[in-house]
Amino acid sequence: MEVEKGGFDFSLEEMDRNEGKQIEELMSRSQQPLPDPDQWLEEEIRRNVLVTTIDKVFNWGRHYSVWPAGAGMLACCAMETIATAASRFDISRFGMEIFRASPRQADLMIVAGTLTWKMARALKMLYDQMAEPKWVVAMGACAISGGTFAHSYSVVPGVNRIIPVDVYVPGCPPRPEALLYGIMKLHKKIDERSVREDLVDLRRLIPGRGK
Amino acid sequence: MTKPLIGQEVAKQIERQIPEAVFESNESWVVINPDSLLQVAQFLQTTPGLEFDYLNCITGVDYLDYFEVVYQLTSMQHNHSLVLKVRCNRENPQVPSVVSLWRGADFQEREIYDLLGVTFVGHPNLKRIFMWEGFQGHPLRRDYL
Repeated sequence: MEVEKGGFDFSLEEMDRNEGKQIEELMSRSQQPLPDPDQWLEEEIRRNVLVTTIDKVFNWGRHYSVWPAGAGMLACCAMETIATAASRFDISRFGMEIFRASPRQADLMIVAGTLTWKMARALKMLYDQMAEPKWVVAMGACAISGGTFAHSYSVVPGVNRIIPVDVYVPGCPPRPEALLYGIMKLHKKIDERSVREDLVDLRRLIPGRGK
Repeated sequence: MTKPLIGQEVAKQIERQIPEAVFESNESWVVINPDSLLQVAQFLQTTPGLEFDYLNCITGVDYLDYFEVVYQLTSMQHNHSLVLKVRCNRENPQVPSVVSLWRGADFQEREIYDLLGVTFVGHPNLKRIFMWEGFQGHPLRRDYL
């Protein structure tokens, strides 16, 4: 029986055999991994040695991954927060675009809007559930001091009555630029932190070691 | 466009069925005596030609001398509307609940009870809705502060 040539000067069977030979050859050549191109690195770094302070490494990590809690979206300030997170102002430039739906995964609580006494209990609960280290930004006149409603029967005159506040962003509501400026202030605050403070916190948790 | 019914004409219909139920009426609204509110509401809901099957909203008003509860009614079937009002004294403000006729009245009556202190007799779950349990007073009363 005549072997079908298919328009080429070799048969399909020959082509398959040829391909198999090439695969076998590549396999025999690739028994060892290729070395990573690291000639451009300096000698020290090639040996994976970095010299820095622990504070700097920790703060660098914390600085660029402040995850805000999607809580405290209480009023019109929430619109500005959303605008800050959206493409025009783009909070993700600071590594914090991930608004967590759970306080347990968040580092930053942006209290954006009026806080009522009935909601205050829930806000405190959310804050207590956040893992250390944690920060709070009070956004807008209402969160700072109760704003227009400061003397009302139902409004908390400033969230600092409920939770400690790191940065106050004034405005009614503040523009996204203002919130971003507040966040950069917070970054500065984070950079000045020392790991020793965390150790003090940890020691408090270990029985017999705390003061 | 929803057609607002003339208050006096509806008042006449109510009077024919339930005598002495109407306290006052003009071209925009009908004021009912609180004792016959439930009867009148049932009449407005079931009478052919009126059939107010939808309660838009309830409002509580403090007029210093008395409280007024305002019911905005609409008929989906006939596309007409009516404003019904009830007045009660400040010392012992009591109005019959209409939750049994319009379920939407549930939360709104609780809100008026919470902020104005009007007691809705016959409400299935009359407790505070905005303020917390144990709050003293009714904050939307004009003599609250």
